[in-house]
Amino acid sequence: MGFSQTKDANGVTVVQVEGQLIVGNRQELKDLVQAAVDGGERRILIDFSRTGYIDSSGLGALVSISKRIREAGGELRLAGLNEDLRSLFELTKLDTLFSIAETPQQALAGF
Amino acid sequence: MTSPLRLCVRRSPAPDARDAATLVTLRIPSDVDCIEEAVELVVRHCLAGHQTTRTTRFRLQVVLSEALSNAIMRGNCEDCRKWVDVRAELWVDAIRLYVTDEGPGFDPAAVPDPVTPEQLDVAGGRGLYLIRKLVDAVQFNEQGNSICMTLRRR
Repeated sequence: MGFSQTKDANGVTVVQVEGQLIVGNRQELKDLVQAAVDGGERRILIDFSRTGYIDSSGLGALVSISKRIREAGGELRLAGLNEDLRSLFELTKLDTLFSIAETPQQALAGF
Repeated sequence: MTSPLRLCVRRSPAPDARDAATLVTLRIPSDVDCIEEAVELVVRHCLAGHQTTRTTRFRLQVVLSEALSNAIMRGNCEDCRKWVDVRAELWVDAIRLYVTDEGPGFDPAAVPDPVTPEQLDVAGGRGLYLIRKLVDAVQFNEQGNSICMTLRRR
């Protein structure tokens, strides 16, 4: 369980969530993204291709992260959600708040 | 390091297979870092010996994580002297999970709807809503410190 951070060829910061995004590690993700924003990054993609499950604290962390990036003039995109993970965003209507792409490749295209 | 989780599994001797339930109990400390391990332990026992869809497993993981998070953070206020008790009744066609904390309880009816436009970009407040959406039935005891969640096997 953890987060890894890379940068694609066009300079987009890609954060991969491996395992769960839950109350126990949400702050780690928030801190990681905040550090990227503080370092000048403005285009951030969070990839959930290797994520098991997300709880409401994890969803809340994404809401906070999205606000911080927006306030800094940047953009957040999400990708790689399987059917079950996507259902959490749909049930909570957070799919209307986030830019969600099917795959990381699709999210990165034109980012 | 030994695990702080206390797991007990008991199989009832009921002769009628339809009524036979396996009982799993787990006592966990009020520490959010224990949640993931507790969820994996309980879910593994809930699903053992049953054909289960990925979605059923996912829903169990999410709702148990939510209920434990609420119990530890809101119910027990992360007080390390307090415990959270999980009781899982495993039936042929359903799983019933009880999560009980040592807090004073709360009024579930007073929790605001998190999907209204005003609440949508608020960071917290989606836990109970998600539980209600992901299981087949939710009940609370009178005090409001114990939730019972029933999920049909699919």
